[in-house]
Amino acid sequence: MFQFIIDKPAQWFKSRYKLDEFTHLITEKKVPVHKHSFWYYLGGTTLILFITQIITGILLLFYYKPTAERAFESVKFIMTKVEFGWLIRSIHSWSANLMVAAAFIHLFSVFFLRSYRRPRELTWVTGAFLFFLCLGFGFTGYLLPWNTLAFFATKVGTQIAGTVPFFGGYIRTILRGGEEVTDATLGRFFSFHVIILPLVTLALLGVHLFMVQIQGMSEPISQENKPNKKYIPFLPDFLLRDAVAWVLMLGLLTTLSVYFPWELGAKADPFASAPAGIKPEWYFMFMFQTLKFIPSKIFAFDGEVLGILAFGFAGFLMVMVPFWDIWARRNKSNWFITLMGIFAIIYIVTLTVLGYVLPAK
Amino acid sequence: MRMINMTYVNVKVKSQKAKPKLKTQNFKFYALPFLFFSFFLFPFYFIPIALADQTNTCMLCHQSLDGNLKVSVEEIKNDVHFKRGLSCVACHGGDSNKEDMAQAMDATKGFIARPARNDIPNFCARCHSNPDFMRAYNPNIPMDQLTKYNTSQHGKLNMQGDGKVAVCTSCHGFHGIRPKTDPLSKTYLTNIPKLCSSCHSDKEYMKPYNIATNQMEEYVQSVHGVALLIKGDRAAPACNSCHGSHDAILPRTSSVGNVCAQCHSLQRDLFIKSPHKTAHEKLNLPECEVCHGNHKILPAKDEMVGVESPAICLNCHDKNSAGYETAGLMRESLETLKTKINTANNLAQEANKLGMEVSDAEFEINEAHNSLTKARSYVHSFSATLVKDITRQGVDTANKACQQGLGAIKEFNFRRKGYLFSVVIILLIAGLLYLKIRELERRHSQDKP
Repeated sequence: MFQFIIDKPAQWFKSRYKLDEFTHLITEKKVPVHKHSFWYYLGGTTLILFITQIITGILLLFYYKPTAERAFESVKFIMTKVEFGWLIRSIHSWSANLMVAAAFIHLFSVFFLRSYRRPRELTWVTGAFLFFLCLGFGFTGYLLPWNTLAFFATKVGTQIAGTVPFFGGYIRTILRGGEEVTDATLGRFFSFHVIILPLVTLALLGVHLFMVQIQGMSEPISQENKPNKKYIPFLPDFLLRDAVAWVLMLGLLTTLSVYFPWELGAKADPFASAPAGIKPEWYFMFMFQTLKFIPSKIFAFDGEVLGILAFGFAGFLMVMVPFWDIWARRNKSNWFITLMGIFAIIYIVTLTVLGYVLPAK
Repeated sequence: MRMINMTYVNVKVKSQKAKPKLKTQNFKFYALPFLFFSFFLFPFYFIPIALADQTNTCMLCHQSLDGNLKVSVEEIKNDVHFKRGLSCVACHGGDSNKEDMAQAMDATKGFIARPARNDIPNFCARCHSNPDFMRAYNPNIPMDQLTKYNTSQHGKLNMQGDGKVAVCTSCHGFHGIRPKTDPLSKTYLTNIPKLCSSCHSDKEYMKPYNIATNQMEEYVQSVHGVALLIKGDRAAPACNSCHGSHDAILPRTSSVGNVCAQCHSLQRDLFIKSPHKTAHEKLNLPECEVCHGNHKILPAKDEMVGVESPAICLNCHDKNSAGYETAGLMRESLETLKTKINTANNLAQEANKLGMEVSDAEFEINEAHNSLTKARSYVHSFSATLVKDITRQGVDTANKACQQGLGAIKEFNFRRKGYLFSVVIILLIAGLLYLKIRELERRHSQDKP
């Protein structure tokens, strides 16, 4: 009976459209099985969290009002009056954070496994840009409830963006929609968060997934020349395993949302002085803390500008790694690249922890 | 001192300028710095030079004298009169330009060394009650001080020749008089209790007048004293707020209510309409003071109302009287509302601890508190019905808050149950998926040759 319900419509479509060219990307795809297979599921986890974001985001849009006057009240209304509004908002906030975390892990796992090597350079590049978009979602979404912490964190964040050499002033003005963080900023962040970033992300995600499907999963260098390699079909075997991860992720999201509902805080007051200890979201903390540690002047240069340039350069190196990692191009894992990855992780974790542990000035 | 010296500097500069020996080529050399300094010293030219007019002989001598004749330059410099251009001769007469003592203190030039104590009010009033003169200096301050003073207890005793009673200088000082807006002034609001008590708390000094000397002792314990002297609340009353300043008198019994009404107008309005008004008039009782006291007015508490000790209603109302019943009913209404607010508060806090959003309940609790405050004011109507009407509104609001608190707790329990249910479903789905994977794995192993 169940098979009949699936088969009949499938046949109906097949008789009219040449779907085989697309369906074989799923039906014929094989996924290698080895000791590093676990990391394959991180991409799917990030994807399911993104889908959760879209669904809960659309539900929140039913009630959210993107104006400085009503944004806070509308979120409060969602949390107190709308049936299951508290759950939707909490899931949206928690899944956003888990998505960034999953994207971080996915990025580093791909990096350490050298999966970016030929012929998957562009898959890596699109993935890296998707990661940046993820951070963009976080940055723009943080302001939307218009609470005190978000308001001042955005003020600091856009101020930092303003120190970028040459274009900083323009970037800050474009982001803020003026000189200060105002209603105009909220409007811009809102349209970035719900229109511009999702459209770009969906397009890029489509390309990313399409490339993953046509090229298949990358095998680690250590596994490539092994005899008796094992594979499982993508459909249904791998997808079912992925589904288990998705369902468990849903359980984690529900647990976090029920036991640690995302707080709303106090409404932003643009005329109030900034509260002590303004902190950005955890995924920006390592950059924020670095800028705090950098002296204001390094020789004749502005310390903050140098810090931003350094992060920009690190980001550029990350995006371009498939093109400058000459060892990976020859199917070899070099210790230097591994060391760079480990250093990056230690640096990010240490600076993030310091950001939370050190007393606010 | 600095001003005086500066004036001397100016004099020197002027004398240098007058020298005809300056050569033309050196003129610019001297003129430029001269013009430069003159520009910055320009404002000082307008400093009244009555005291330091080249040779203020009064200051030159009196600053170096001892005892009563000593005049402190530091004090004079901060004196409001000096700052406005009035120097020694403005009050004492004479001629401060003369170096010869006899000429400087020439009685024909109106010199008065020290006015007689009883004459001081009239002495100061020469200017302060002269509108034409005052307009030239400070038209903002009142000019009826003498008239008021003469109506005050101080003024009356002064006119009778009392040599100890307060005159202008007793409160304002003489050579270092500062405006009352200056925190260093003795008449600055927060300094007034100390100023009045400097005489009124002095048992020896006040002995001839046979009045109490514990006003300050009581005032510092009062709600007003704490507000003014400890919290620095300048809206709180000092001695002069009730007694007046230049026209300081003991308020009459009948005017006590009006004095308190300067701030507590609602309570006064309610009191006037209450049965207590007539009763107090008949018995010649000082209205507010009967229940609240005078200098030692402690924060009003609900315990003051009712039929159980320490309720002050019991001081006048016997059991079975109408007043006794009203007192009991008013207290009961207040207690009912307080209990309700307390319950609502506990529920909201409990829900809040559970992580629930309770700002709506908190808003209602705040509203109920407002009703309680209003009801406490309406106690002055001494109408059990009015107080009950207000507390009933408060109870309704507090009930709403209770419902919201309970609703939040109920919602919390629902969420927990819903969570458990969803976890069971999630685990079930995960289990089924796992079984399906195992089945596929078995099938794959069977398919292998």
